[in-house]
Amino acid sequence: MDMKFRIRRFNPEAEEGKRKPYWQEFTLTGVEETDRILELLHRIKWEQDGTLTLRRACAHGICGSDAMRINGVNRLACKVLAKDFGEKVQIEPILGLPVLKDLVVDMEPFFAHYRSVLPYFINNSPEPGRERLQTQHDRELYDDTTKCILCACCTTSCPSYWANGEYVGPAAIVQAHRFIFDSRDEGAQERLDIMGDPNGVWRCRTIFNCTTACPRGIQVTRAIGEVKLAIMRGSPEGVIQEGVGEIAVGNG
Amino acid sequence: MTKIHQFDAIVVGAGGAGLMAALYATKGGVKVAVISKLYPTRSHTGTAQGGIGAALGNLEEDKPLWHAFDTVKGGDYLADQNAAMVLATEAIDAVIELEHMGLPFDRTDEGKISQRRFGGHTSNFGEKPVRRACHAADRTGHMILQTLYQQCIKHDVTFFDEFQVIDVIMNQGTCVGVVAIQLGTGEIHIFHGKATLFATGGWGRVWSVTSNAHSLTGDGAALTYRRGVPMQDMEFYQFHPTGIYKMGILITEGVRGEGGVLINGRGERFMEKYAPRIKDLASRDVVSRAIYLELREGNGIKGKDYVYLDVTPTTVNKYLAEAGETRRITAEDVEKKLPDILDFCRVYLGVDPVKQPMPIQPTAHYAMGGIPTNVHGEVVVDANWTVLPGMYAAGEVACVSCHGANRLGTNSLVDLVVFGRRGGKAMAEYAKQADFVPLPANAEKEVESEMTRIRTSSGKTRPYELRQMMQKTMMEKVGVFREEAGIAEALETVRELKARFQTDLSIDDRGYKFNTDLLEAWELGCLLDLAEITAISALNRKESRGAHSREDFQERDDTNWLVHSLIKNHAPSAFATGVFEPDLNTDKKVDMSLASEDERFIPKARTY
Repeated sequence: MDMKFRIRRFNPEAEEGKRKPYWQEFTLTGVEETDRILELLHRIKWEQDGTLTLRRACAHGICGSDAMRINGVNRLACKVLAKDFGEKVQIEPILGLPVLKDLVVDMEPFFAHYRSVLPYFINNSPEPGRERLQTQHDRELYDDTTKCILCACCTTSCPSYWANGEYVGPAAIVQAHRFIFDSRDEGAQERLDIMGDPNGVWRCRTIFNCTTACPRGIQVTRAIGEVKLAIMRGSPEGVIQEGVGEIAVGNG
Repeated sequence: MTKIHQFDAIVVGAGGAGLMAALYATKGGVKVAVISKLYPTRSHTGTAQGGIGAALGNLEEDKPLWHAFDTVKGGDYLADQNAAMVLATEAIDAVIELEHMGLPFDRTDEGKISQRRFGGHTSNFGEKPVRRACHAADRTGHMILQTLYQQCIKHDVTFFDEFQVIDVIMNQGTCVGVVAIQLGTGEIHIFHGKATLFATGGWGRVWSVTSNAHSLTGDGAALTYRRGVPMQDMEFYQFHPTGIYKMGILITEGVRGEGGVLINGRGERFMEKYAPRIKDLASRDVVSRAIYLELREGNGIKGKDYVYLDVTPTTVNKYLAEAGETRRITAEDVEKKLPDILDFCRVYLGVDPVKQPMPIQPTAHYAMGGIPTNVHGEVVVDANWTVLPGMYAAGEVACVSCHGANRLGTNSLVDLVVFGRRGGKAMAEYAKQADFVPLPANAEKEVESEMTRIRTSSGKTRPYELRQMMQKTMMEKVGVFREEAGIAEALETVRELKARFQTDLSIDDRGYKFNTDLLEAWELGCLLDLAEITAISALNRKESRGAHSREDFQERDDTNWLVHSLIKNHAPSAFATGVFEPDLNTDKKVDMSLASEDERFIPKARTY
């Protein structure tokens, strides 16, 4: 089939006066229903216009490089297929981060928020000779948030984040959640303090865009709710009775 | 103006090996920079699925010596046995260390790290499959990459994200750093270091069907080769048996570890013919060849070029019962243990593996060869193990060689943790006692003019045309099976493509900021160089061993070929022309240190 692409372009090196975003249309012929949108963007870049610029790496939804706004919804271009859109598709960069060129945005503010939540294991007790023990149940409690690939689909779909870039955003909260509810970790109180900050978890207005956007099927809004509850109770203890369960299929 | 940075230790690449090395160099007390063309969490380590092998013995008896044996046998006796022993021994401590860093492994009923079966991993020297692969669902690599990146943040490692290294700088016989281009600006930077470690990963993009990311273009291997560092065992490239049909996306061996079986178009579980003892869990080269042989006999599904991988509970339980095993699996088990695999198949194929079999074909997956190193991660340049001062390598780009002619599943993750750690420690020790060797004048000039040539190119050939031709040729002629005429044709084609790359290239983007058109073209140059030396090495080795299957020399020849291939460019000054003078020698003998004490390690016929 033929497929029309309407793509948001921006060339930071265009001459003065012309340096502003614009839409450009491309048509591809011979598109198969099962072609990934990423492959089709590659075809445009390789066959028609080498200046089209995007990030990508693994091409199967694990590395998190190719988050973009496709028909108004944040998606990984490698995890949606031509058949999901029909004959026309509109592609633009994710919102809320400065656009550097075409579909490439500045990820630094996103990673700065990530770093602010102490996104690493904290346990200062003496290390045992073998592994620390953890029950299957306790492992299950934070399983869902270990899936995060830091693609920014959630954070850049969040109206609260669009309104206020100081808000840490859903992805950073997901990362905090992964450690707060890990029975082996000892940094929960410190992280709950960070999450309780005015630009922490309370900026979330439970809009659920993040959950819809997550290409890994993480129940993001639920995770944020669990962090809120832990702050209210002063401890993560007992907040989660059961994990989300592994029956989770990506939204892509 | 070129910017110059100075660090004691430079790590190129931020996958598992690079991050592990950076952590250990930092802990060793030296100033470290990690340079990566991607954000670290985009690295390909993150796509590893099934597990990391270590003889923890959490579910049944296991020993490092058995792991070493499987590694040596799986490698068809080309592995350096000292390196295989280091790998197997230090795997245990490495996995425990990852757990202490917070890695969320799945757990046994007792709360210990859970383990599963994997291809080629056995107990008691090949007797039966053993549960050795430590796993976190089917995203073990993702968890390793995340955990190591988290630790680097915790230890304040300096990162240069989206800086692509394009040349290595040598002076006075020493490696003194690298030249990099900053993607966002197009500016050239020089990183001046005492010790430089390459952890840039593999080059699956040489072939048309691959499990590898678009970013896996072998940059580190190609640019060091151009500057005269030999590449070892390039003819050994692994095709993983189970890639998603046409797309090449990996379906973990863990599927077969959980009981999944391969089925041909006649409905037969054909691995029973090729590996009567451990069947579908034979090592990867064996299974990939078996699939090709089935296809050749017309036993593909509906006569096409794929077979089925079936993990539906009905099929799995039927074969478990036949084998006299009491274990049974349910749909819920499959969902729990293989969530990502199910997701891939549902999204990309519209196939639900809980109810239907998955169409698969072998996919280009892993380079056993690469930059030769000793067990400390130091780069060695000849058959006498002469060290190149200041240069280190670890992970897939390196060739220790613990994998020999065919890597076992899970051992890549072991490799990057064990040898990344060793490399990091060695760099710190070296950097603490060494002085900076000065940079040569105009170190960036040659590669900068190469970049300018590509940026301003105005020929008639677009890079993707060359890339597709190379990938198709290499897939057909230097793939799972090879023979002399085919390899020679492939070599000729690759050389023609190289010539066109030099004389007739054309790109569109003339800019400096985020010029991925330019960088993709430059990466194609790397792939072409690696395709060329892969073909030369494959042509030279007149035997079949591990992943290198010559139809015209079908037997393994231990009398003449228990040696490593070293291919070296003798014209480093010809850098700008792209015309290299590869010279191949096979003087480097395989280390047989285990065999000298234990006859079970002496090469013998390899059956599973």
